[in-house]
Amino acid sequence: MKPAAFEYHAPESVDDAAGLLSSHEDAKVLAGGQSLVPMMSFRLARPARIVDINGIADLDYIRYEGGALQIGATARQTAVEDSSEVAAQAPLLVAATGHVGHRAIRNRGTLAGSVAHNDPASEYPAVLMALGASVTAVSSAGSRVLSVEDLVSGHFLSTALGPDELITEVSVPAQSGGHGFAEFARRHGDFAVAGAAAVVTMNGTGVASASITAFGGTSPARLDEAEAALVGSDGGSEAVAEAAASATAQFPSTDDIHGSADYRRALIDVLTRQALQQAIAQAQEV
Amino acid sequence: MGQVAITLNVNGRNQTTLAEPREILADVLRDRLGLTGTHLGCEHGVCGACTVLLDGEMVRSCLLFAVQAQGSEVTTIEGLEQDGELHPMQKAFSEYHGLQCGFCTPGMILAGVDLLKRNPDPTADEVRDDMGGNICRCTGYQKIVESVLGAAREMNEVTS
Repeated sequence: MKPAAFEYHAPESVDDAAGLLSSHEDAKVLAGGQSLVPMMSFRLARPARIVDINGIADLDYIRYEGGALQIGATARQTAVEDSSEVAAQAPLLVAATGHVGHRAIRNRGTLAGSVAHNDPASEYPAVLMALGASVTAVSSAGSRVLSVEDLVSGHFLSTALGPDELITEVSVPAQSGGHGFAEFARRHGDFAVAGAAAVVTMNGTGVASASITAFGGTSPARLDEAEAALVGSDGGSEAVAEAAASATAQFPSTDDIHGSADYRRALIDVLTRQALQQAIAQAQEV
Repeated sequence: MGQVAITLNVNGRNQTTLAEPREILADVLRDRLGLTGTHLGCEHGVCGACTVLLDGEMVRSCLLFAVQAQGSEVTTIEGLEQDGELHPMQKAFSEYHGLQCGFCTPGMILAGVDLLKRNPDPTADEVRDDMGGNICRCTGYQKIVESVLGAAREMNEVTS
């Protein structure tokens, strides 16, 4: 037993959970717990109160309505991975999910929790950003919708959420176009050193639209300079190399124990290129 | 915070125990219920030694507070044998020498059981990929992969 003692709450409704978060300082939401529990075991986190939302029955869902996938806060990552609806509407999400930890981790881990945690090595914040996803955040004062880009950009192991807010749903618009995803980890399933995601649409003359994001070491980032470099090009290897160079220049690569900033820049260049090649090849098939 | 009563169905038997909310499932299985077959290696979700089945799906029992498993079915390595007969996965690990020191073995076997439920006839590459979350420091994995493939053949023969 390594975590410090805490008070345990298992609310049965979102209102009760939001009430607990607003009336107590130092309360932490527990969903899948695959990041929070190890942090507590290391005592890197020692919240006074745990608000376990797994007992809130109506948060465990994945459905497709109004042109978007709605994924509830306690929907497990394996549910995302195995969902035929997700595969049909946002295949990039399925492609990235296979890289999240291992199956035993994904059986507990949640998509929403991964975004709320915003680990710099995490696939989901960057991938959801590339897909233009948003989250619904609820507090006892009400609810708001914010884009994943606004939620995670500029944040490191934190988000734009207030301490009294919890994510109840992630909304992912149906993916239009081809996608690509590439990451480098020292061992499959380990934390990624860096990664890149892309969604690209093509028209008769070349690249019509592009959404490119990267992650690793620091806050995940939307790479609009790379997007601008690619859109309007023929999508050939020179254009892809140019976009990857823009991505490398724009992504704020940093040093840490897993790799130097230079090494990360080299990875971002290669991984962005791989992701774009996959996305363009797929968009051309459509 | 004091102790709370936690009821789990462990290996087909309902058991109630008192535990603090901060006690992880692995600790409750081992220290409160005496089921020491579940091993704790890293205690932070990396090594897979503590793998158990929770409501039929493999999870890391070090990444779950026992109180979260309230009312759930837990299968540990002790629950795999039936009527004194080892599970085919256990037999295969014995037959193909899928263990040396044995520390990772309970987790390996449960991960293998979970894999074959989802993919009854995996290739060696699929076994390596799927069980990549379980670390072994003795075998070099070759014999573990052979054990899982052997168990798959055995189980497929029985069902076909």
